[in-house]
Amino acid sequence: MNKQEKPNSITNVLIVGVGGQGVIMVSKVLARLCQRHGFDVKQSEVHGMAKRGGVVFSHVRFGEKIWSPTVSEGNADVLLALEWAEALRWLHYLKPKTGTFIADTQHIVPPFACLKRHRGAEQRYAQETPEEIVSQVAKGYALDATGIATELGNFRVSNTVLLGTLSTALAFDEADWRDTLAELVPPKTIDTNLEAFQKGRDWVEEVKKTPKKEKNTKKPNKIAPYQQQVKIQNDIQQDLIPVITAAWCKGCDICVKMCPERCLKLNTKEVVELVEPERCTGCRICEWLCPDFAIDVVKVPTPLNEEASKSKPASLPETV
Amino acid sequence: MDKDSEGSTIDTTLNFEAADSVTSRRSDDVRPMMGNEAMARGAWEAGVQVGAAYPGTPSTEIMEFLSAYPEADVRAQWATNEKVALDVAIGASFAGARALSVMKHVGLNVASDSLMSQTYIGVNGGLVLIVCDDPGIHSSQNEQDTRLYARLAMVPCLEPSDAQEALEFTRLAFTISEEFDTPVLVRSTTRLSHTRSLVEVGERSDIEPTGFKENPHKNVMIPSNARTQHPRLIEREEKLKTYFENSELTKWEKGDKDVGIVTLSTSYVYVKEVLPDASILKLGSSWPLPSNIISEFSRSVKRLIVVEELEPIVEREILSMGIKAEGKAFFPRVGEFSPEVIRDGLETAGILQKQKNKLNIDITPTVRPPVLCAGCPHTSSYMAVKSLDARVAGDIGCYTLAAVEPLQAIDTCVAMGSSIAVATGMAKAGTETKPIIATIGDSTFLHSGIPPLIDAVYNDVNITVILLDNHTTAMTGGQDHAATGRSLRGDETHRVDFEQIVNACGVDWVRIADSYDLANMYQTFREAVEFKGVSVVISDRPCVLDPVKIRGETLVVNQSNCVACQACMNLGCPSLVWSDEMYDGHHKVKIDAETCIGCALCAQLCCTDSISALPKSK
Repeated sequence: MNKQEKPNSITNVLIVGVGGQGVIMVSKVLARLCQRHGFDVKQSEVHGMAKRGGVVFSHVRFGEKIWSPTVSEGNADVLLALEWAEALRWLHYLKPKTGTFIADTQHIVPPFACLKRHRGAEQRYAQETPEEIVSQVAKGYALDATGIATELGNFRVSNTVLLGTLSTALAFDEADWRDTLAELVPPKTIDTNLEAFQKGRDWVEEVKKTPKKEKNTKKPNKIAPYQQQVKIQNDIQQDLIPVITAAWCKGCDICVKMCPERCLKLNTKEVVELVEPERCTGCRICEWLCPDFAIDVVKVPTPLNEEASKSKPASLPETV
Repeated sequence: MDKDSEGSTIDTTLNFEAADSVTSRRSDDVRPMMGNEAMARGAWEAGVQVGAAYPGTPSTEIMEFLSAYPEADVRAQWATNEKVALDVAIGASFAGARALSVMKHVGLNVASDSLMSQTYIGVNGGLVLIVCDDPGIHSSQNEQDTRLYARLAMVPCLEPSDAQEALEFTRLAFTISEEFDTPVLVRSTTRLSHTRSLVEVGERSDIEPTGFKENPHKNVMIPSNARTQHPRLIEREEKLKTYFENSELTKWEKGDKDVGIVTLSTSYVYVKEVLPDASILKLGSSWPLPSNIISEFSRSVKRLIVVEELEPIVEREILSMGIKAEGKAFFPRVGEFSPEVIRDGLETAGILQKQKNKLNIDITPTVRPPVLCAGCPHTSSYMAVKSLDARVAGDIGCYTLAAVEPLQAIDTCVAMGSSIAVATGMAKAGTETKPIIATIGDSTFLHSGIPPLIDAVYNDVNITVILLDNHTTAMTGGQDHAATGRSLRGDETHRVDFEQIVNACGVDWVRIADSYDLANMYQTFREAVEFKGVSVVISDRPCVLDPVKIRGETLVVNQSNCVACQACMNLGCPSLVWSDEMYDGHHKVKIDAETCIGCALCAQLCCTDSISALPKSK
C-alpha cells in the first residue's frame, strides 16, 4: 500500500487498553510504518493518568492529508483493544458496516469492580462475551493474546501478538511491519517480539481455515447483569451483625479505627457501639481484631422481601 | 530598530524577517513529533538560551525535550514553581538572551504576577511563555482559558493548530517579542501537545546575546515609570493589530460563500475535517484581532460562524466590532472539541445534515478510574490518616486520588500548595471538632507549601501536616525537584533537607516515618494529632515508578486461611482483587502476581496472617 494506490482515502485506527499495556508502543509502530510509506499521519493520545491504571487510548489516522488528530465515533476502520472491557468501552467508535474489531479477551479487573463488601456483592465488570460481540461487528477477532504471549514466556508482548493480528487487517507488506517493529522495540527483545508478531498472524490464518459458523444475525439474549449474583444473594437469608459484650470492652478503639465502613464509635462510657448498622457488611474485621473478644459477629435472619431488606436491621440483637 | 530607546518609538514597518521564518523549512528533514517536542524544537531553532519550567500536564515534556539540546545552546532547568520559572526567563531576557518559560494553564495563575508587570517593561532578549491549556480537564483542577490572560496582560497569544505550526509559531514568537518589545504567549492545548504528526524542521539561528541594557525608566517598575509605560501598551496593541492584518499567521482560505468560519488553534483542523469546503479565516493569534481582514471576510460570506474552544473570546470581540457573528449558540463553552462536537454544532446551525453512523450495541462501560499504583507509599499514609477520623485538606498530586473509593480520605483539594493554609483557616474558624490535617507532596511543598507552613506556626494554629515525600514529582511522570539532588539534566546538585526546612519554619514537632511500616505510621500520626500546635510528619518512601521501578518479592494470599474480611482491600491497591473462592458469602482476595511489588502493606493489615511471600521456586 502506498500513496499512489490509495490516493484520497483515510484510514482510522483506534488502539485502546489499560495503562502499562503498551498501547502507545503499538501506535508508534503503526505510525512509523505509515510515515515510511509516504502517508501523512497523526497519532494522538492523552497522557497524565495513564500510568495509574486508567484508560489509555491512541488514535492513529493516515492518508494523503490528515486534519483532525482524533477519530470520530463510528469512523474507526480498525479498533484494536488490548483488554476486553476496554474493547467494549470504545466499540461505538467502530465503523458499523466495514470496521474490523480486534481484541484481547483477557480481563484486567479494576479495583473499583471489587469495592462492595457486603455478602454476595457482584463484581462490576463487563458482562458481554466475545462471541456475543464478534457476532455483531462486521469483522471481529477476539483472541487470548495474553495467553499466547505467556506461552512465549513474556506476557508483556501480548501487544505485539495483537499487532500481528492488526497487520492482517491493513495492506502493508509483512516485511515492512517486521522491520518497523524491530526498529522500535528494545534490541534485546527483538526476537521475542517478532515471534509474538508471527503468532498474531498465525492466529488469523487458523481462524480463516476453520469453517465459518453460521452468522448469528439474531441478537443473542444478553445475560442479565448480575443475574448469577442476585441468585446467591437470595440464597443468603441471613445478615451478619456485630454483637458487643460491653462489659469486656476496654475502649481501646482498635475496631473503631479499623472498621472499613466506619459504623462503630466509642460512646460516652468509652465502650464501642454499632452506630450505623445499615452500613455494616459483616466483614468481621472488628471481631478478628478485638483483643478482648468483646465482639461477636452473628447471623440474623434477613427478610426475603426487598423493601423490607432496605430497612434493615430487622431484628438487631440487643447489646449485651 | 533601536530597542534601547523607549517603547513608544517602535518601528512599525513590517518588513522584518519574521515572515520568512515561517517558510524557511528544510523539507528534506521531516520527523514525527509531538506538539510539545515541536515547540521545544521551535524555541531551540529561534536560538533560545535559557528555559525554565515547573512540570504540569500537558506541558511537562517541552522542557524535557529542550534539555535534550546541548547545554552550550540552551540552559534548561526545572524551577521550584511557575513564578520562579517566569522570573528566571525574565532575568535572562533582561540580560539580553532569548528566554522561554513553560507551564500549564493553572501555572500561569502562579506566574501571572510577574507577567502583569513584565508586559509594562517589555523585553530585551525575546521572551516567550508557552502555556498549555487542558480543555476537557484530562488532568487538572479546572479548564480556564489562558487567552483571557493574554488580553489582561495585553500580550499577543499565538495559537498553533498542529505540530508543524507549533514549531513555527514558537520560533516566530521570539521575533515578534523583540520587534514589538513584548512578552509573547504561545498557547497549546492537551490535544496539540500530545499529538504526534510529521514536522519539517529547520536550523538553529545563532543569536548573539546583546547583554544587559541599563534603562531604569523602562526596567524598574515604580509608579512614575509604570504610568508612562501604560500608554505604550495601548500603542503596542495597535501595532500588533496591524501586524496580524498582514502577517501570514492570518490565513484566508477561499471556499463556499454561504458559510464563513473564523477559527484558530486545534478547532481549525476539526473544521477542516468536518466542513472542508467552507470559507475559512484562520487566525494565528487570539489577541489583538486583525479587525480589517475580519470585517472584509465577513462581507464576503453570507453567514459568519466563530469556532473556538472554551470561552467566546474571538466571538465577543467580533460582535463588538459591530459584525454579525454566531458561535457559542452552537458550540459548547465547556469541554474539549472534537470532530463530533463541531459536526453537532454545525448540524444545530443547520449547515450540515444529521448523520447517524454508529454501531448499535448497548454496553454499560466498566468503571476504570485512575488509581494509586500497587505499592504506592501514599496508600499507607492515607490508611493511617483515615484511622484518625480527621478533617483533611488535600493538595495537588497523585495523592489526590486518595479522595475516591476506597480510601476516601481527603475532604478538600483546591490548588497547588493550598492545603496547609486551608487547614489553618479551618482551625481558625473554630467550628471543627475533628483533628485538622493537611496532606501535601514533596514537590508541591517546595512549589508553594513553605509560606503557608510559616504562616501556620506564626499564627499558632493546632494542625498536623503530613508531608508525603516520595522523592519525585510523580504525577507528571517523575521529574526531579530541589529535594531529589538532581537537576533537569540529571547532574548532581544540592538536595533540600525537609526536616531542616520544617524546623527553620518554627515547627517544634517533626517526625520522619517509614510509609511501609504501617503500625509506626498509625502511632506517629496519632502522636502528631495529639500535639498542640503545628506538627509535621514526613512520610518517607520513594515512588514505586520513578526514578527507578521498585520491585520486591511477590506476595500471595493463602486461600485456605483467608476469611474474606477484605481489610487489605481498603488500601485500594490495584493488585488486590477478588478471587473465585468465597467465605461466608464474601469474596476472598487474591494478589495479581504481575503487578504486586511486594510492599507488604496488605500483609500488615491481614487479620489472619494469610498474606506472605510467594515460596521461591528452586
